[in-house]
Amino acid sequence: MALDPAFVGKQYPPTEPYEVSREKIREFAAAIGDRNPVYRDREAAMALGYRDVIAPPSFPIVVSMPAAAQVIFDPELGLDYSRVVHGEQSFDYTRPVCAGDQLTVVVTVERIKSAAGNDIITTRSELTTVDGEAVVTARSTLVARGPDPDDA
Amino acid sequence: MAARVRYHDVQVGTELPAQSFTIRRLDLVLYCGASGDFNVIHWNERMAKSVGLPDVIAHGMYTMAQTGRVVTDWVGDPGAMVECSVRFTKPVVVPDDDVGAVLEVSGVVSEKREGNHVVVQLSARCGGATVLAKARALVRLG
Repeated sequence: MALDPAFVGKQYPPTEPYEVSREKIREFAAAIGDRNPVYRDREAAMALGYRDVIAPPSFPIVVSMPAAAQVIFDPELGLDYSRVVHGEQSFDYTRPVCAGDQLTVVVTVERIKSAAGNDIITTRSELTTVDGEAVVTARSTLVARGPDPDDA
Repeated sequence: MAARVRYHDVQVGTELPAQSFTIRRLDLVLYCGASGDFNVIHWNERMAKSVGLPDVIAHGMYTMAQTGRVVTDWVGDPGAMVECSVRFTKPVVVPDDDVGAVLEVSGVVSEKREGNHVVVQLSARCGGATVLAKARALVRLG
């Protein structure tokens, strides 16, 4: 079933603040096997001008994905999550995420289209500090594959 | 804020050091925990096959993270990354063995812009197939 294009432009309320900890950054960097010292060593990060350890560039997904779940599981939208795959992802950084940041996310439905029986939806997640400082914008495009022709 | 690569030392066509990354099941389990993405297709072969996949597949974001490392390892300061974008074209299938999947990533400077910015085009391949399309990063050099 095609998604309702009237959802384009719909904005969801800001999420509860996510507090970025040094330990979460360390855990994430270890999981992706990235040994860059700026993710672990405060001195190394400060030598580059940061106030504390910074997070790897793909870390914002940890904060943006739960926020975008508001859209994915919006009952009015009716997306079939069991058929969803990640189509595209982009990040536009104002600055890297840094330990101690308290991030809140505003999610907007940016685009909806149907192609070849698939539903395609792009969400924009604006991550800002609770003080209103822009940090990063994450765009995720999800593709809900249409029913298999064999099942029709 | 202090990329160790200098803008003036880089030309269109400058190649970044290529890297290959071995991805095993354990890596996906670790990434599930660290990222909070516990989608069953990343750890449960039975469920992955039930939705038509050949086997368990890596998180797209795991592949994006490794691809971005070719850029951040090159510049030193990950904060030099201004933009990064990818399109996921083929899944990275991770078999339940001791070998895992091997992701091969390379990058080349495709454009020099004002403000010490360069565009890097990235290539990510696994098992002979291109797994990312339109993979690029905008980077601010020193």
